[in-house]
Parts: sequence; C-alpha cells; structure tokens
Amino acid sequence: MTIDPHNLLAILAMGLATYATRVAGLFLAGRLPRTGRVRIALDALPPAVLTAVIAPALVEGPAEAVAGAVTALLAFRLPLIATVAIGVAVVAGLRAIGW
Amino acid sequence: MRDLARRPAAEIRAGMLAILPAIVAMVPFGLLLGQQAAAKGLTPLEMLAMSSIVFAGSSQFLAVSLWTFPAQASALALAALLINLRHVLMGASLSAKIEHFGWLRFPAVHVMADEVWAVGERRALEGPLTVPFWFGAGLFLFLSWQCMTVLGTLLGSLIREPERFGFDFAFPAIFIALALGFWKGWRTAPVMAASALVAVAVHAAVPGAWYVVAGAGAGILAAVLAAPADAEVRP
Repeated sequence: MTIDPHNLLAILAMGLATYATRVAGLFLAGRLPRTGRVRIALDALPPAVLTAVIAPALVEGPAEAVAGAVTALLAFRLPLIATVAIGVAVVAGLRAIGW
Repeated sequence: MRDLARRPAAEIRAGMLAILPAIVAMVPFGLLLGQQAAAKGLTPLEMLAMSSIVFAGSSQFLAVSLWTFPAQASALALAALLINLRHVLMGASLSAKIEHFGWLRFPAVHVMADEVWAVGERRALEGPLTVPFWFGAGLFLFLSWQCMTVLGTLLGSLIREPERFGFDFAFPAIFIALALGFWKGWRTAPVMAASALVAVAVHAAVPGAWYVVAGAGAGILAAVLAAPADAEVRP
C-alpha cells in the first residue's frame, strides 16, 4: 500500500487538467460558439482522441485486427458490455489457434 | 409533491435513486479498470488516489493504458485534458442550473461525471436542481467508483497471464465501442481515419504517449477541413 512519487505527480497533473475542464464551463457559459469551426473541432474531439488511443493496438497482429473489426461492427448493434465481452472472446480464440 | 421535494432527506434519496442504474452498469468497468491498473503495477492506494483526484472514467482508462514507469505526467495530463474537454460544454450547460449553489458550485463540478450531469440535467427539466439532490447522486457515484476500482486492483492481482484470456484486449474493445458512440454518420469517418493513420505512424516513430495527441490533432483537423463551407462563415 504505497504511492510512488512519480505516479502521485502524474495523478495530480491529471486531476488538475480534469478539474480545469469541469470548472471552465461555469465561467464560459454563454460564451461558447454554437456553430462554426470551434464547435466542429469540439464535437470531433472525443472520437478523435479515442481512435488515436486504440489504433496502434489494432495493428499489432492479425488476431487484434480481426477482433477490432468484429468489435466495431458489434458496437453499432449491441450494448457496450456485450460488445466488449465478445471482442475479448474473439481475440482469445484467435490467439488460441495460433493467429 | 412540491413540499416533499423541498425536504433534504427526500432530495438526497431521489438523487441516489436516479443515479443507481448508472452505478450498477459501472460495476464491471470499475473492476476492470482496477484489474488493468494492477496489471500495470499500480497499487490499491494509487488507484484510490486516481479515482478520487481525477474521477473521470474514460480518462482513467486512457491513463492506465498509457501508463509507464516512471509515469509521464505531462503526456498523461494532456491526454486527460483532451478527453475531458467535453466537460467544458457540460459545465456551461449546467452553470445556470447550479448558480444558487454559491461556493458549493466548486466542489459540485468535481463530482460531475457524465452520468451525474445527465441525471442533474434531467432533474432540472422538472424543477429546480437542489444541492441535496446533486450531491446525493454525485457523492453516491463518487464513493461507489472508489470502492469498485480499488476492489478491482485487489482482485485483479490474482489473475495470471491476462493475455491468454484476451483481457488485455478489453481496453481497445471498450474504446472502439465508446468511439463509435460518437458516430454521427459518414462525416465521422474522415475524423477517425485521419486520427488512426497519424496515431499508428507516430506510435511507430516516437516513444511515449504523444501518438494520442498527434492522432487527435489530425482527427480534429480532418473534421474542420471536411465540414461544409457554410459552417465556417455562420457566427
């Protein structure tokens, strides 16, 4: 039960960045553009960040690439937890047969 | 009904009831986050610190998947900032509804997870959003999240060889599903394609977590370039 100083620093930095986004809305209310480039960029942020995070993991090998494609197709149809469970099962199955 | 709504105990109970389904749905994700954090070498106390100080599910998943030793504080903070920028819009929308909270607005926004924001906004449609309702929902989720994630680190360290069961793929799978939750027809395709291509290229060339920032930047640029021209000139 310890805290590494580097880890604590990273957690505090993340916490500060996250709190800044939460409190900024109170001060920016009514001043944020509802149309235009800023709004388009803000709308695109979550899918752009999430895609960047996963893309390298999906080109690691054929099992990951196939399971990624299956997961993406299922995500349009099934709830989150079912999609994740099937994606994990597909990658485990493909690795078991040597992909 | 109105009189009942003014009683703090009833308001706290209403807030807790409103958030309960979200808490039940989050149990497996909290456990999974703790398990993945333990696999990366984070201790239960570090998990507790992250879940209380950051308290933002998707950025915690992102951080744990990027975690290295020693931790890259600047890259992790930048990634958390980017993924949580949506909170600016949520807070702006909530601002008028919690104006009467006074100084309590500042602790109030710390418990503003997506789910708490959603039930708060829904409550505000029916009547005034009260302090006991907001903190009833917010603190219930906050404390439940600490319990789930810390329990996950304790149970997770019992699992050997997570790759054999495909557990390491749980993160990519969660992020694929979350990313496609933002799918708004084919105009989202260039955003995700640009982000993926640049992230893979930067990941291969540059050490550390910078591929997230580079990929996200490319995706946003693609969104702005692909937007219809009239969207730019309108105020």
